[in-house]
Amino acid sequence: MTVVPEAAGLDVAGWDEFDRVVENGLASRPPSIRRQLRFLVRLLDVLPLLRYGRTFRALDAESRTRFLRAIQDAPLLLLRRGFWGLRTLVFMGYYGRASAAAEIGYRADLRGWAPGPSEVEGAR
Amino acid sequence: MIEKTYDVVIIGSGAGGGTVAQELAPLVDDGLKVLVVEQGPRIADDECTGVEMDMAPALYQDDGGFLTADGTMTLAFGRVFGGSTFVYTGTSMQPPARVIRKWDVPGLDHSDLDARAKKFAAQNNVHLLSDDLLNDNNKLFALGASRAGYVAEQFPINVRGCTGTSLCNLGCHNGAKQGTHRVQLPNAERGGVEVVTRAEALRIDTRSVDVRVSEKTNGKGAPSEWEAGEYRLHAKTIVLAAGAIGTPALLLRSSLTWMPWRVGEGFTCHPAHILAAEHPHAITNDVGHPKSFFVDRAEDEGFVLETCMYFPFTTAKNLAGFGEPHSTLMRAFPRLQMILVLACDKAVPENRVTVDRDGKPRVHYRFTPETIESLVRATRASARIFFAAGATRVHAPSADPPLLEASDADAIDERIDARHFRPGKISVSAAHLMGGCGMGRFPGDSVTDSRGIVHGKPWLRVADASLFPDSLEINPYLTIMALADRVAEGIRTDIGAMTC
Repeated sequence: MTVVPEAAGLDVAGWDEFDRVVENGLASRPPSIRRQLRFLVRLLDVLPLLRYGRTFRALDAESRTRFLRAIQDAPLLLLRRGFWGLRTLVFMGYYGRASAAAEIGYRADLRGWAPGPSEVEGAR
Repeated sequence: MIEKTYDVVIIGSGAGGGTVAQELAPLVDDGLKVLVVEQGPRIADDECTGVEMDMAPALYQDDGGFLTADGTMTLAFGRVFGGSTFVYTGTSMQPPARVIRKWDVPGLDHSDLDARAKKFAAQNNVHLLSDDLLNDNNKLFALGASRAGYVAEQFPINVRGCTGTSLCNLGCHNGAKQGTHRVQLPNAERGGVEVVTRAEALRIDTRSVDVRVSEKTNGKGAPSEWEAGEYRLHAKTIVLAAGAIGTPALLLRSSLTWMPWRVGEGFTCHPAHILAAEHPHAITNDVGHPKSFFVDRAEDEGFVLETCMYFPFTTAKNLAGFGEPHSTLMRAFPRLQMILVLACDKAVPENRVTVDRDGKPRVHYRFTPETIESLVRATRASARIFFAAGATRVHAPSADPPLLEASDADAIDERIDARHFRPGKISVSAAHLMGGCGMGRFPGDSVTDSRGIVHGKPWLRVADASLFPDSLEINPYLTIMALADRVAEGIRTDIGAMTC
């Protein structure tokens, strides 16, 4: 929810689909990636103890955002990269769902496009 | 192990391998036995659903997210019958004279390459889309570029009957894109060239290659033409066309003696950012052909700008940040204009392909200060184009925070700066993978000669983008085909003298 606030509105079926998309995305990756991800999630949960005295799960929304921003800008490449990978998976789970495309107004269609008049003038 | 014998075995079926296959096909009637080995499956047009999460695993290596060794860039390349020509947008550029001259490869003449590229451009119906087929995303780029003082040129593309689904990178459902899967490989097969798919080249030895054919387990694509199992293929000539990662990796995991030591070196890839900008009203962006215009600033500023439009997850991944600002931009999808910025990176010794203990490729890539500056200049230019086109807000990964409001338009140079380019934080991707088996004069400076013959190995040739001694600074497809045509010509000339 910190990464994609709209995820708060997902119902059980929506979360199931989220999980399925992520599982499929990880299926072809080596097992070491799953191990690294598990470790990273645990690390991100306990790291806030150092600064906030609480785990990530116990933080309020604002502190969670502040903490993840700090991780995103961490001097250590390993942490930045790890968070980038994690947020990529969250985006995959959320925006990889069939209904997400419709929710954001994505219109690409196998039936193609019938161009109409355009408001953009003087392009050529 | 099953043994088979051919005259020519071509590994890879993309722009290089498909071209060599077609150009050798006329010799099949004279008794020449030619085989193409492709690691990916054959995917039918009607299997292309346009669904991102469905197609990416079927068409791309690592779902299009092959990570460099330090994890700071993703590389996209096809693993399918037709290689990356199945998944690109069809942009077809002539080899640039300036770059070919700069490569300075003895025996490689720009006018020769240019003529060959024109031959394939004609065969693939390369043309400019008519104005009525250009969507707003493309028109706004041309308009903004013109207002901001840049020259936008139209991309020639290789389509026939394009219906403008905008889904080119997920395979063309309508069969409009004239990649090697649609033109050169069918021509080759009609001429008697054999193709085996789902066949991975494991290693090569002198005039032989070991291949593993896999069964279709699930997912998309036709089963292999051969029974699953291990094969040893003997050939008078082996042509490597597995791409700028696959070809050097195959050479590196093979136990050939006296290999040129530069195999894997000189990897370049035009590292790219996807930029997005918000307009006040909806525009046609995710319908129509996605890539119609470009601005070429390669010579003066080291970058190229291209129009682009991507799918929801790809877009989300490439926008910097997270949380509400990110979501706001995603919810503005129907109002987004997008530009792909590409840096014209240079071959440097540390950027190279190696293999791990299991023989799997690893791409080592460090963003040089020059490459970062190119991306920053390109981002600044794009921001100017966006605002000149009427955008109210611009997303620039190398700005912090990454969103620029229209009121920031006068502060673009200060807001977008190299100090904000933090590898691992922002998304960088690349799809123009080049180098690793560069052409040159002798084994000390290169892997092959100008005809793709590996130094000291007259039976082994390279026919793909790994031949590039440095980056091409423009979309590479037609240049690969032109180089592959030269390789095929060399084989036709030499084949009589070769022994298996």
